[in-house]
Amino acid sequence: MTGLEDRKNQRKTTMPFSVKLNRQWLGPVIALLLIIIGNGIISPGFFTIRIVDGHLYGSLVDIVHRGASTVLVAVGMAIVIGTRGIDLSVGSIIAICGAVTAVLIRDTSLSPFVILLIALAAGIVCGLWNGMLVAYLDIQPIIATLILMVAGRGIAQMITGGQIVTFHGPFFEAIGSGYLLGIPWRVIIAAVLIAGLWAVMRKTALGLFVESVGGNARASRLAGIDARGIKVLAYVISGLCSAMAGVIIAADIRGADANNAGLWLELDAILAVVIGGAALMGGRFYLGLTVIGVLIIQALTTGILLSGLPSQYTLIVKAAVVMVVLLVQAPKARDMILRAMQRKKS
Amino acid sequence: MAAMTQSTSAILSVRGVGKVFPGVKALQNVDFDLVPGEIHALLGENGAGKSTLIKVITGVHPRDAGRVIFNGTDIHPQHPGEAQNMGISTVYQEVNLVPTLSVAENLMLERQNLKWGFINWKPTIAAARDALATLGLDIDVERPLGSYSVAIQQLVAIARAVALDARVLILDEPTASLDAEEIKSLFQIMRDLRGRGMGIIFVTHFLDQVYAVTDRITVLRNGQRVGTFVTADLARIDLIGHMLGRELAEVSSHRHHDERGFTGKGNQIQIKNLGRKRMLHPVSLELSGGEIVGLAGLLGSGRTELAELIFGAQKADSGLVFINGEPVMLRSPQHAIRSGFALCPEDRKQDGIVAELSVRENIILALQGRRGWLRPIPGAEQQKIADDMIRALGIATPDREKPVGQLSGGNQQKVILARWLVAKPLFLILDEPTRGIDVGAHADIIKLIKELCDEGLALLVASSELEEIVAFADRVVVMRDREKVSELVGAEITQSRIIEAIAR
Repeated sequence: MTGLEDRKNQRKTTMPFSVKLNRQWLGPVIALLLIIIGNGIISPGFFTIRIVDGHLYGSLVDIVHRGASTVLVAVGMAIVIGTRGIDLSVGSIIAICGAVTAVLIRDTSLSPFVILLIALAAGIVCGLWNGMLVAYLDIQPIIATLILMVAGRGIAQMITGGQIVTFHGPFFEAIGSGYLLGIPWRVIIAAVLIAGLWAVMRKTALGLFVESVGGNARASRLAGIDARGIKVLAYVISGLCSAMAGVIIAADIRGADANNAGLWLELDAILAVVIGGAALMGGRFYLGLTVIGVLIIQALTTGILLSGLPSQYTLIVKAAVVMVVLLVQAPKARDMILRAMQRKKS
Repeated sequence: MAAMTQSTSAILSVRGVGKVFPGVKALQNVDFDLVPGEIHALLGENGAGKSTLIKVITGVHPRDAGRVIFNGTDIHPQHPGEAQNMGISTVYQEVNLVPTLSVAENLMLERQNLKWGFINWKPTIAAARDALATLGLDIDVERPLGSYSVAIQQLVAIARAVALDARVLILDEPTASLDAEEIKSLFQIMRDLRGRGMGIIFVTHFLDQVYAVTDRITVLRNGQRVGTFVTADLARIDLIGHMLGRELAEVSSHRHHDERGFTGKGNQIQIKNLGRKRMLHPVSLELSGGEIVGLAGLLGSGRTELAELIFGAQKADSGLVFINGEPVMLRSPQHAIRSGFALCPEDRKQDGIVAELSVRENIILALQGRRGWLRPIPGAEQQKIADDMIRALGIATPDREKPVGQLSGGNQQKVILARWLVAKPLFLILDEPTRGIDVGAHADIIKLIKELCDEGLALLVASSELEEIVAFADRVVVMRDREKVSELVGAEITQSRIIEAIAR
């Protein structure tokens, strides 16, 4: 028995859980730190955080502020990718939910909170549609969500009547650009939603089921997991997250722009998930690392803007840095780097 | 006939070939000879080593030992293309051509008539037509391959193989997707090719076809050659005996069926007329707790189908299942699991493991599935369950967090078994529990099966290893042609009785 205990202990010491986790986190976190340090070198005022009118101001705050909508979309995307799917329709869902919000504010006297709930419900309906196509009609996710990606902008335009619908109101202005205790409301909303999502995924067995379905849907079904239900749920979560992002984006500009709201956001979201170390083949998702992924993209964008680089180079620099980050993320490259670091130590 | 068995006249000789996959000896010291102008059947149950042998010959897998001699010289093809260029062509069960390209393009791929580096279409298309004409096939070669039936695609694949001036043609289960007429014409083509002096290796599991078209038979079992026989001299019952391993005979540890005297204590499971059109004729079967029922039959006899219908993995269109007299819903595996059923599927990779998930996560999956997502198993308990199972089943893994895809086949099988033991079912179906795993793990799993049954579990074990079934089953249900043909009890359970029932 003692032998067994020994073996257990040994196992614990040779392969502690935290080391594995660190290996996962190493690449993205180092990349984020490097980019932030780089930003600091390029623009000296980068790290200063001032308090103006009781609000936090500064480039670092700006990164978090701007990233709030993308991060919501990205965590939803991470869960969908975890089921071996992809959701291309997030940008269109943003447009639809923004349009719903704006039109309801303009045309009805519903309380803002009810309007928010209706907008979120619209996102859930969009997610259900995607989920049904993928899980029950067995359409490939990229095609199934492409349908709503294309049609969704049209739906949003129908809702707004083809115009940019503007609105005013304290509730939504607070969501878009308000502060609570110096922290932007949108950051708080995103943080709470992501924390809730993390708890639902990791404190219940849902995360395991998502990863199991993504890893092997057939085997999961035979193990008694409702594989179709899990897939539908993933798209519904993605729809809900995108809806919240849509409300934030609309509230930010105090209007719904059916053509441009959330345009190309799906690409940033997918990129963030990949930077976060998830495989597009499904089977694993990391919400925390996805958040880091969004911060990397946002820090990079902000840094390039601050550097005063001519705007025509922005996208190329962004692409180059992202490529380096992904290379560092690749298991082979990571092993090489780790080995090199160990050699230096010894 | 004597000349045919001499290796000197052989176009293709395999000598002492061995191949090891992690944890499995897929081939051991296998000899095989193919002479020009013969159709040679390569037979054996799943996992016997048929496809591995073919893959070693054609260079898909490098061999670990032995020689492959083609046309008098040793060959070491690195990939199937190289073997093809030497004159060994292979047609696989799944047509591996490009469905979106035209028939002509598929046929002439890499051999197009070129002019200034561009494809000269007229001669290319004419050559394609000629190639098909030799097989008596007259179709529009400019239409995409995918627009034709699987049978025609299969013939195109054969035409491509033959057109490559092949001396040896390997047909790996080519008839699986063909109907009776198509099979007939395929056989005619095979005979024509034989007449032209080609050596054909024919892999199939339909014994009627073996007797219809082949000259000789080589039987493999567990990666070893059982023997090579002249088809006309080998009785069907003996062939089945060779395939399932009768010569190990009645020596194995026969359980004393009567001594334990199951009087149906514990749970009663009744399966009444369970069936599905084109899949399984209605089957009735009863099991009680503590009983092991063996499910015997050749590949394709309906063993796996019965298991899947009972478990709800496939929906039955007739019949009912009762537990202790109560009918249970079998609409999905989820329902079956809630009723206390469990199934270790035959295809471990496809239906069993979730490769990316850890050993721990794979083990708790079914239990967690039954509890639902809202009642997660606490982390400490998960670890304890996983560690207990790793110890109890002797799963060889450095730690419980290792992705299960990185374990060997036998250990993966144990992980799936662990998954179901943890879920504490009252009725466990094991479909080929010992397939493709090494001898050590094999014995462990047999031992485990017996222990489970002593604890009052009802077990249905489908296996193509007769020794195994005879060793542990209290009753044996024999399947043939998707139908239950016999049920043997007690002293009737011998390998020869089972083989008789299969062959009859």
